[in-house]
Amino acid sequence: MNHLTDLPAWAAIIVCGLLLVGAAMTLVGSLGLLRLPSFYDRLHAPTIATSGGTILICLASMLCFAVLQSRWIFHELLIIFFVIVTTPVTLMLLGQAALYRDRVEDRRDVPRKPKPVAQPDAE
Amino acid sequence: MRAWYPYPLFSIALFLMWLLLNQSMAPGAIVVGVFLSTLLAWVMVKLQPTQSRLRRLGLMAGFALAVAADIIRSNVAVAGIILRARRRPANTGFMTVDVDLENENALALLACILTATPGTAWLEYDRRQKSLLLHVLDIDNEDLWRRTVKRYEAGLKEILQ
Repeated sequence: MNHLTDLPAWAAIIVCGLLLVGAAMTLVGSLGLLRLPSFYDRLHAPTIATSGGTILICLASMLCFAVLQSRWIFHELLIIFFVIVTTPVTLMLLGQAALYRDRVEDRRDVPRKPKPVAQPDAE
Repeated sequence: MRAWYPYPLFSIALFLMWLLLNQSMAPGAIVVGVFLSTLLAWVMVKLQPTQSRLRRLGLMAGFALAVAADIIRSNVAVAGIILRARRRPANTGFMTVDVDLENENALALLACILTATPGTAWLEYDRRQKSLLLHVLDIDNEDLWRRTVKRYEAGLKEILQ
C-alpha cells in the first residue's frame, strides 16, 4: 500500500513544500486564536487557515495524486471552493452576535448602530 | 431552452461538479449529471435567487488574479502580525466603508473575498446607508484597506449587473 515511494523526486519536493507551508499557515492561524487579545481580533485568525492553509494543502494533494496516477485531478478544487464560500457565513454570524451583545452591553469601543436615515416619503 | 434550463450557468456548474465528484466521463455519470443539473435548476426557480448576468469574462480573469494576489499578500502580513503579537500588539480597529452595491450576488461575492482575505472581517452591511462595517487587524493602513474595498466594488460592478 506504500506506493508513495513511486513519487518522483521533483514532485515529492514540491508536494512536501506545499504541505509544510500549508500546515505552517494552519498552525499560525490556530496560534492566532491563542495570542490575539480581543474577540474581533480572533475572528481573523482562522481565515488564514481556511484560505492559505486549505488552498496549499489541497494543491499538494492534487499534485501528489495527479503524478501518482498520471492523470489530471481536479476535485480538490471543490474543497477550496466550498470552504471559501461557506466561511463567510460562520464568520458573519459570530461577528454579528458579538456586535449585538457588545451593543446591548453598551461597550464604548464598539461602533454604534448607524441611525436610520429619515425618509420623509416613506409613508 | 430557457424553459428547460432557467439558470444555464448554475446547471453547467452543477454538471461539472458532478463529473468532478465522480471523477469520470463515463456515459452513466454524464446522464445522471444532466438529469441532476436539470432537476436542481428547477428547484432553484422556487427559491427565486437574484439573477445577474456575467459580463466581460476577460475582466473576470484579471479581477480573480488581483484578488488572489491580495489574499496571498495579506496571508503573509497577518501571519507576521500573529507571530509578533507578543512583542508588539497588533493595532486593530473598526472602520466603515461606503459600498454602493445593490446587487445581492455582488455583495455576497464581496463578502466571500473580504472574508477569505485574512486581516479583514465583514461585520455588518447597512443597506439603507450603503455602508459596510469592517474589523481590520491592521488599522494603521486604513486608507489602503479603503482603497482595496473600493477597487473590489468597482470591479464587481463592472462584472456583475
